[in-house]
Formats: sequence, C-alpha cells, structure tokens
Amino acid sequence: MKAINTGIPHLIIEPTRSWVALNLRDLWQYRELLYFLTWRDVRVRYKQTALGAGWAVFQPLLTMLIFTIFFGRLAKIPSDNIPYPLFAYAGLMPWTFFSNALTTSSNSLVVSSGLITKVYFPRLIMPAAAVLAGLVDFACAFVLFVGLMAWYRTPLTVNLLMLPALVVMIAALALAVGTWLAALNVRFRDVRYVVPFLVLCWMFATPIIYPANLVPERFRLLYALNPLAGIIEGFRVALLSGINGAHFDWGALGLSAVVTSAALVYAAYDFRRMERGFADVI
Amino acid sequence: MQVPFAIKVERLGKRYTLGKRDTGQATLRDALFTFPSGRGKVDQLWALRDVDFTVQPGEVVGIIGRNGAGKSTLLKVLSRITEPTTGRVEIYGRVGSLLEVGTGFHPELSGRENIYLNGAILGMRRAEIVRRFDEMIAFAGVERFIDTPVKRYSSGMFLRLAFAVAAHLDPEILIVDEVLAVGDAAFQQKCLNKMGDVAKAGRTVLFVSHNMPAIRHLCRRAIVLDAGAVGFDGPADEAVRAYLSTALRAGERLGDGLRLLNPERNQALPFEVTAVEILDEEGRVKPALSTGDYARFRILWRATEAVRSAGVELGVYTLEGVPLIQYSTRPVSVVDVSISPGEGAIECEFQQFPLAAGQYYLSVGLTRPMLEWLYRNDQFALFTVEPGDVFASGTPVVSSRALLVVPHRWISVNGQRG
Repeated sequence: MKAINTGIPHLIIEPTRSWVALNLRDLWQYRELLYFLTWRDVRVRYKQTALGAGWAVFQPLLTMLIFTIFFGRLAKIPSDNIPYPLFAYAGLMPWTFFSNALTTSSNSLVVSSGLITKVYFPRLIMPAAAVLAGLVDFACAFVLFVGLMAWYRTPLTVNLLMLPALVVMIAALALAVGTWLAALNVRFRDVRYVVPFLVLCWMFATPIIYPANLVPERFRLLYALNPLAGIIEGFRVALLSGINGAHFDWGALGLSAVVTSAALVYAAYDFRRMERGFADVI
Repeated sequence: MQVPFAIKVERLGKRYTLGKRDTGQATLRDALFTFPSGRGKVDQLWALRDVDFTVQPGEVVGIIGRNGAGKSTLLKVLSRITEPTTGRVEIYGRVGSLLEVGTGFHPELSGRENIYLNGAILGMRRAEIVRRFDEMIAFAGVERFIDTPVKRYSSGMFLRLAFAVAAHLDPEILIVDEVLAVGDAAFQQKCLNKMGDVAKAGRTVLFVSHNMPAIRHLCRRAIVLDAGAVGFDGPADEAVRAYLSTALRAGERLGDGLRLLNPERNQALPFEVTAVEILDEEGRVKPALSTGDYARFRILWRATEAVRSAGVELGVYTLEGVPLIQYSTRPVSVVDVSISPGEGAIECEFQQFPLAAGQYYLSVGLTRPMLEWLYRNDQFALFTVEPGDVFASGTPVVSSRALLVVPHRWISVNGQRG
C-alpha cells in the first residue's frame, strides 16, 4: 500500500508482469504479524510436553553424548585438540538450530494452508517466523554450552565478538534455503520427503562430527562452497579458540557470506515469483 | 478525506487452470515427466470475466450468485489473496477482509493469546488490540475462560470469541464472505446486527451471502454474479428478484419433469443426495405439482460409507428462507434408515400437498440423527407449485396471498343473525 498525500491508503491490484519487486515496505508494514507468528511458534512448540523447553537443550545434548561415544571414543576422530564433547557440542548447537529451522520453515506454508487461502499478508513472514522461533531454542542450548565451557575451564578470547555475526549468517542461510523450499513445497509436496535426506547429506558435508582440516587440501575450495562449513568452523573458533589458539579462516567466512547473501536474494525473488500462485495451488 | 471512490474494479478476470486430475497434487515427477503433448488437455476456467463496478465510500453492497458464480474468487482478488489474471482494481482505504471466522486460531493457545494472534492476522495493530481487548471479551462473553486454551472451549464459545475479534476490526472497507452461515440462529442474528452497525457507521462494506433477507435488509445495492460476470448491478430488491429468477431458470433446465437433479454433484463427498423425484400414485415422475395433489418425494442418495442408523431430512422453504416443512425420518418420525455404500432412496408421501401455488426451495439432508449432518443442502432445488383448485371454487390459493392450503370447512351459524 502506498499512502497518497491525503493519508488514505491507496492500493492497486493488478496481474504482476515480468519481474516482481521484493516489496520490502509491505514486509515492514506487517512486522507485528512476524512478531506474533514467531511468538506463537515458540509458545506452541513445547505445549503438552513434560520437559517443555528442556527439549531445546536435550536435543543437542543427547546427540553430543552419542557422538562423543561413537565418534570421539570409538572412532577416535580428531578434534583439533579440543575435548571431543565440547568440540561436538559447539558444532551441534548451530547445526541443530539450522536443521530445525530449515525443516520447520520449509513446511511452514503447507501447514498453514488455511491462513494462506483466507487472509492476505506477505507470505515471506511464515518461513521467517519459523526461523526466528528457532533462535529461541538456540539461546536455550547456548545456556548449557556456557555451563560446558565453565566445566572445561575454557578461556574466553576476543574472537567471541564474532558470535553475533555468525548467528546472523547461519539464520540468514536457514532463511534462504527454508524460504525457497517452502515455496517449492506448496507446489511439489515431494519437498517434504527430500528435506530429511538433504539435512542428512548436509550434515556430513559440514564439519560437525569431524574438523574441517580432515578434508584433503585439494578439495578445500569445493568444501568451502558449502557456506555452512565456514560458519560452523567460525562458531568453533569464536567459542573455543581459547583452548587451541585457532584463528578465523577469513577466506572461508567471506565466501560463506557471499554465498549466503546470494542465496538469500535469489530465494527472496524466487519466493515472490511463486507467491502469486500460492492460494490457487496449496 | 475526499476520495474519488472506495473500490474500482475494471475488466477484472481470473483464470484457473484445471489439471487432468482435479484432486491430485502436482508432484515433481509430473513436472519433470509430463510430455508437452499433454498440455493441450489442460482445462481453463474463467472464474471471473470482465467484471466492472465501482463502489462509493459508505456504500453497502451485496454480492449474490449461485455457487461457483465467482463470488468467493472476487473477494479473494479484492483481499489480495490471489492475483487477478487480467484487469485492475483500485482501492482507497484500509481493507479488512473476513472470509472466515477464527482463521489462524490455535487450539493450544488461550483465549487471550488467540485474540492477539488473530487480531494481528486480520491486520490490526497491537495498540489497537490492547485498546479494544476488554470490549472483545465482553462481546464474546468469555471473561471467565480467557486464560483457558481454546481447545477446551465449546464450539459456541469458540465462534463467539472468533467473531468478537473480527467484529472489532475497524477498516474503512470491510469485505465479508458468508461468515454468517455458521452458528445458531441467535449467533447469526448477533452477527447481522453487528454488520448493520458497521454499515450505519459509514463504512464501505462488500457482503457475500445466500441469505436474501439479510441482503435486502443490509444493502441498498447488490451485484449478481452469473458465471463469473456481472449479471445485474442495482438496487438490492431488484437484484434479489433477478437472481431468484435466473436461479429458477437454471433449476428448470436441470430437471426433467419433477425430477430434480443435484446441480452441483461432487464425487469427493462421502455422502450426497443425487436427485429428488416428485412422483404420483403409480410412482411415475409427475410433470407438474399442483396444490392439493398427491405427491411422493423420492430422495435418492449415493454413499461411500455405511451408516447403520441414519436420518433423512426433507424441507421446503420460501424464497426468503422461511421454513415451511422440515421433516425427518428421525427424530421427527421414527423410521429406520440405514445407508450402505452405493445408492439408496426413500420416499416421503403427502396425500394432499399443502402449499399454495408459488416457488419454493427444496431442502434435503442426510444425518446421524441428533449428531451431525452427513450431507446438507438447503437450496437443493427450486420447484414450482401450480395453482390447484382444491376447494372447487375456481379461486386457487396462491403464495402471494397465503402459503398453507389445508382441509377446512366453513360452518354457517344460522341461529345467530338469522
């Protein structure tokens, strides 16, 4: 809606031709709805569960224990001189956020078909709310990590200052991929079956169980094209460099930032393009 | 605050592409492996075609038409839920649209939380919701349960709360679909009154309904949609009349004598009344039904599931929606009906059909008695009762004069004045 000089909203509805504008102003107008939908997702997520928000902590914690037993103790995967539980949890915490955000946002439109056929709002809000709600779980999981760091007496470094930027990057990447898959899911319900497989593959393509330097040198560039690889390694450096004195791989981080930004722009435009037909095909 | 108009619709069109399978989801495989030759088979349907009209600020306009005439599509385009294929709409003012009550309500959240959530979904600002919060709770009458999850609400409470939020939406332009078709009579009346208030407050309202008295009562002007185009646009009374006469013609086309076929067959429904036949004593379809005639209404259905103790409903309504007959095998009578997968039928016999000459709606339904409707269509068909000279006077009773024709007798009381 654009306001004309009288102050009365003036709206023109027409078939969209060729390229679609992102229409960020519309998104801004509906920011309160984004807030309420995020809040709803958070409120509803652990309703009628005995452990409640504890699940946000248990998921990465239990996975960490399993990984520590199988990969740390039995397979003896190296962990950059960091105690394996700490190493695994530092990777699992952002990874759990990422995979949950990706899964819920890719389903967000399909599960709200009632809303989409009955009310107008910028549809981008749905996957965005799913990602934002995941950040609350991330925060819970982080509290436990602080405890783990204290337990292992991890010295803090100046690298910790990068943490907010890394959180923004991983959220942006989850939003990009989740948004695009959500739009595709409206048309092709196959997406629902593809996502778990995608998540599994992506986990192995990312240094979560193992450190990135385990990847042979000649594949490093290819490996760095996975934006998540640089981000997860970044998390480890930001949180744990006090133990092993590691440094940020700025090249990999920069590449991640570029790929993430490109993915986000592409996903947003493609989403807008497909958005027009949502109410008709969902 | 002078604007040239509230809504201006110009040559608006909306085309839907119907797939070969109308219920199946498109899958990736279809997209990848559909041969180009298959494209020619795709059906296209213009749900709206060249629709033009302008609504002035403060006008209350009814939109009527048969099912599938494009009413809902029009509202969806105006509400920006779906995009038009051709044409253009220009709107001055904030639009609030209400295509359903309770959209986005979450069963796990409390009444209070749902008010905030639903308000935001309908486009209200947070400050606005806070300001009108107490009013909404009072309107719904759920003060005591405001912190209870709505999944524990009775359906009546749920509806009241949902409507309360919607009723406090305060846009310049309000677009309302058949939201009044839910709830009991008292609730519907409350909704209608609220709509009347909104209209009186000088807001622009577009109102879709099958409820002709409501249209006449609330709207000065009405637009009749017929097969996606504007069939009539003018005073509400005339529009209602125009609509009823086209509906009647359509009804006559579908029937063969008094075999009234369901005009909107839907194989996806588990239960469906397929036709109603009005028969004579020998079981032949009557060419016409006159007042006082012997008549047997045979209701034919199709079912995909078995129902051991079912009920069949038969009703006759005036065009204004006043029920004249609403009988059932159960609970009104005590007749056992069981529905088995496949087709079935039952007949209801009238020795002397008691309605005056005129046009009526036939309503039918299948139920689990006292529990739920399996199928319901209150406007299954329009049928005509011809004048019958029941009282052998040469002056038949017609519906404009009185509706009921029942045996009666005049007795002269000679001694009194004689």
